[in-house]
Amino acid sequence: MVSLRKVSKSYVRGRQSVAVLHDVDLDIPDGDFVALMGPSGSGKTTLLNLIGGLDSPTAGSVEVAGAHLERLNSGQLAQWRAANVGFIFQFYNLLPMLSARSNVELPLLLTALSAREREQRAMIALSLVGLADRANHRPAELSGGQEQRVAIARAVVSDPRLLVCDEPTGDLDRQTADDILGLLQRLNREHGKTIIMVTHDPKAAQFASRQVHLDKGVLTDAPVV
Amino acid sequence: MTLGTLLLAGLFRRRGRTLLTLASIIAAFALFGLLDAVRIVFNAGADNAGLNRLIVTSRLSLIQPLPLSQLPRIQAIEGVDAVAHANWFGGVYQDRRNFFPNLAVSPAEWLAVHPEIRLTPATREKFLNERTAALAGVDLVDRFNWQTGQKIPLEGTIFPNKAGTNTWTFDLVGAMRGDGDTRSNFDGQLLFRYDYFDEGRLRDHGTVGWYVVRVHDPARSNAIAQQIDALFKNSDAETKTQSEKEFNLAFVKQFGDVGMIVSAIMAAVFFTVLLLTANTLSQAMRERIPELAVLKTLGFSNGTVCGLVLGESVLLLLLGGLGGLVAATLLLPALNGKLGAQLPPLSVTPGSWALGLAIMLGIGLLVGLPPALRAMRLRIVDALADR
Repeated sequence: MVSLRKVSKSYVRGRQSVAVLHDVDLDIPDGDFVALMGPSGSGKTTLLNLIGGLDSPTAGSVEVAGAHLERLNSGQLAQWRAANVGFIFQFYNLLPMLSARSNVELPLLLTALSAREREQRAMIALSLVGLADRANHRPAELSGGQEQRVAIARAVVSDPRLLVCDEPTGDLDRQTADDILGLLQRLNREHGKTIIMVTHDPKAAQFASRQVHLDKGVLTDAPVV
Repeated sequence: MTLGTLLLAGLFRRRGRTLLTLASIIAAFALFGLLDAVRIVFNAGADNAGLNRLIVTSRLSLIQPLPLSQLPRIQAIEGVDAVAHANWFGGVYQDRRNFFPNLAVSPAEWLAVHPEIRLTPATREKFLNERTAALAGVDLVDRFNWQTGQKIPLEGTIFPNKAGTNTWTFDLVGAMRGDGDTRSNFDGQLLFRYDYFDEGRLRDHGTVGWYVVRVHDPARSNAIAQQIDALFKNSDAETKTQSEKEFNLAFVKQFGDVGMIVSAIMAAVFFTVLLLTANTLSQAMRERIPELAVLKTLGFSNGTVCGLVLGESVLLLLLGGLGGLVAATLLLPALNGKLGAQLPPLSVTPGSWALGLAIMLGIGLLVGLPPALRAMRLRIVDALADR
């Protein structure tokens, strides 16, 4: 599913070039659930952005779901993301003026589905995360855990093969976090979704089938202490 | 949900701010509707002018009288069908606020050169034969509830009469109505006979304000106009002959260049709307950068995001602008009631709607373009990281 070869990424900040990733090689097979761990500033989110097609590498090759992302322009990347990736963020990033169902429907606006079909699929996705009864509620009327469930429904509604999650439980209490992680685990095990999850939290990482550690832009074998 | 729903939801994300901005736009376009109606009325005389009519005035000034002795010489020019004449009387009815145009005219000739004036045969007969007869436009009759046969006293502001007063009394013999587009020219006027006026006034006997010349062939209008002016060149009363349209425009411009004044006010109003809307949209877009980044993350293309922002801007202007023009349409009948016959009935014309629509789209695109381009160029990772 994911194959990274000699991937480097650096940013220009003012006059300085800051190297974030150095020659990263990584393979993630289809159906895997990977926890990407490491201290702040180690390049976890940058790596996740590259895999999710949100950013382009400075050097190297990023092949995800059969596409070489470094060769795609912004329009092609947008189409590729819509078809292949679901995104889950730490702060949910729901649109506050839309209901839960409309938020979930958003990715389907880019498909050829009819309005009725879109609505039906959004309701199925909300049922999957246990929030069908909150479909008409706006994000402000939901708890943090419920908002994240809506975000997960939005991520899976177009049935992507890959889910990328950036600290999905970073803003939640332990119990709610475990519920969300359990949900992700179910999506991985029962629905075959490949999941790459950035987290600081070792307990969260235990829900994944394997852990990958990053330190100063380089993949390491063992957790950094 | 559709892209349209998403657009509307974005627009009303901050309901209070959007409603206040909408209110400003509604007010601006309501003002536009009212002012444009005034501008159109002031230009209507020119637009409805007969192509086969020439107006002869003094070369010195519109208010300088011409001798009636010129009439047969103009009449004798080949290609001239009929010549009528008129004097601006400037009378007021009961109160100065009740101003309406009132003219002393040569009755038979006036009706001959203005075939678009509609009146009954009985009214025509009386106007042609009764010395004190007056014809009132239907708007005046309605406004003052005049009855045929009623005496209409006018207070002259220019011409005192031989009785030593300014009060002139006329007998209303009926109503007249302009045909089709010429309604605004005649329905608010009062006409009375020149012979009664000339005998009654203290001074300037045997003079007229202007002649109206009907030519047989409109294609010869320019040549005949030059002939008339040549005829009186170097005389005591040199003339200036122009088309009725040019004359009407010159007449209106006595009150000031209404078109320019209205355009200046509208330009100031729309400039304010432009700044206000641009500021509101720019503020709204700044607040929504993370949301726009989320849309891009989900796969919305740069073009779609740009279109959504631009669409919000145009929709805001269309909602406010159409609301404003509807408000103007509803307000004008009440305003017409207040104005009475001082001006012909004001209305929001199809032309004003079209112009208004073009302005809405223009401002919408102009103010929407900068934030739309910013949204299009937005880098997802920077926006999500709040950089």
